[in-house]
Amino acid sequence: MESLPSLIDGLYVTLILTFISLIAGLFLGIALALGRVYGNKIISAICIGYIEIIRGTPLLVQLFIIYFGLPYVGVILSPIDAALIGLSLNSGAYQAEYIRGSIQSIPSGQMIAARTIGMNKLQSIRNIVLPQALRISIPAWSNELIYLLKYTSIVYIIQVRELTYEGKFIAGQTFRFIEIFAIIAIIYLVFTILFTTIIEIFEKKLKIPGVGATSTTRLRNA
Amino acid sequence: MYMLEVKDVHKSYGNLEVLKGISFSMKKEDTKVIIGTSGTGKSTLLRCINQLDSPDKGEIWLDGEEITKPDIDINRIRQKIGFVFQEFNLFNHLTALRNVSIGLEKVKGIPKEEAQKRAIKELKRVGLKNQAKQYPAQLSGGQKQRVGIARALAMDPTIILFDEPTSALDPELIGDVLDVMKSLAGEVAMLVVTHEMGFARNVADEIIFMEGGIIVESGPPKKMFQNPKKARTKEFLGRISTLYGKD
Repeated sequence: MESLPSLIDGLYVTLILTFISLIAGLFLGIALALGRVYGNKIISAICIGYIEIIRGTPLLVQLFIIYFGLPYVGVILSPIDAALIGLSLNSGAYQAEYIRGSIQSIPSGQMIAARTIGMNKLQSIRNIVLPQALRISIPAWSNELIYLLKYTSIVYIIQVRELTYEGKFIAGQTFRFIEIFAIIAIIYLVFTILFTTIIEIFEKKLKIPGVGATSTTRLRNA
Repeated sequence: MYMLEVKDVHKSYGNLEVLKGISFSMKKEDTKVIIGTSGTGKSTLLRCINQLDSPDKGEIWLDGEEITKPDIDINRIRQKIGFVFQEFNLFNHLTALRNVSIGLEKVKGIPKEEAQKRAIKELKRVGLKNQAKQYPAQLSGGQKQRVGIARALAMDPTIILFDEPTSALDPELIGDVLDVMKSLAGEVAMLVVTHEMGFARNVADEIIFMEGGIIVESGPPKKMFQNPKKARTKEFLGRISTLYGKD
């Protein structure tokens, strides 16, 4: 029980890492997806290149490059900053692909109709395409959130004192590996369930009336 | 002076020449109906007029301004050209009211409340005041199309292009949409691609018969139905009248 305060500190760091990289990744993802779908050849190629490099290499390697590699070119980052940047850049690439898929699922008539009332391309994307695409992205986004929550544990390796790091430290001192890691596993699980539930509520709130049936209502009606 | 002038418009997709020199003109508040078999370039012509596709050759003039010039601000021009789609293309995430008001707000920069007042007025005009708060997925096809018309009307266009506005509708819903269109005749210019011969006969000032990328014949409905010059026009109108009814 005396280890509780440091676990709470670790949990706090984990949550900060999760939220900041989720939100930063969302903005990066939107920009990359738009660049990939609507950009000219060069912009589109840059976005695809970025997405493929990030998705094609391990997060751990990316973190090592940011934390241990950047000092060689004069950029020295604290562990937490390196972790935030690494996780955000990584999540951005994955979110870009979810959002791209959603954008491409919006019927082309939506954009055409927006253009016929005089909206320019940017206005059409902002007011018509994105609000629909982002709604469709919510389930994938929920997945990204719980994935990030657990994947932040990897940054203990660059000395970020998040939940898993604290757990490992305490376990190493007390030799109560099973209890400590069981507690940590339960904390992750509780927050995963909590986040999933919150996003489901959020998704229902944002649902466009009359569009599609959720899987549960479909089952009930069957 | 003519409000709309289409001069020798050509359009090809790859090797396929869809429009082979189309010319016609419209006066303010004219209603013209374009008829013809599928694949003869009717929709392409409409898309060329509001520059969703740009013509390869030829000019289009609207209100004394050449809108096919490369340096034209097409977003300004498009506000003057309403477009009503076969597949409605309502904005799925917005209520009927917002579908109509969003162009006023975002394009014309009218404050939200005023834009919504105006939108209510347009919805009333198409008989959908009570559906203002409903989303497209909650509306019938005929209601969706009338919202589509209200959306076009709200921008206060000089002309509205209709691309087969009733072709995706169940037969019993077509009447409501046609009634709305009839009520607009004389208030705003309409260029309508349709197979509804009753509408063409009763509402159009002129019928344009297109085939193979050219205008075969055009004239007032009475002349086109009773005394067409070309044999092909007679054959087409005869066949389509049996299919879609005489009025």
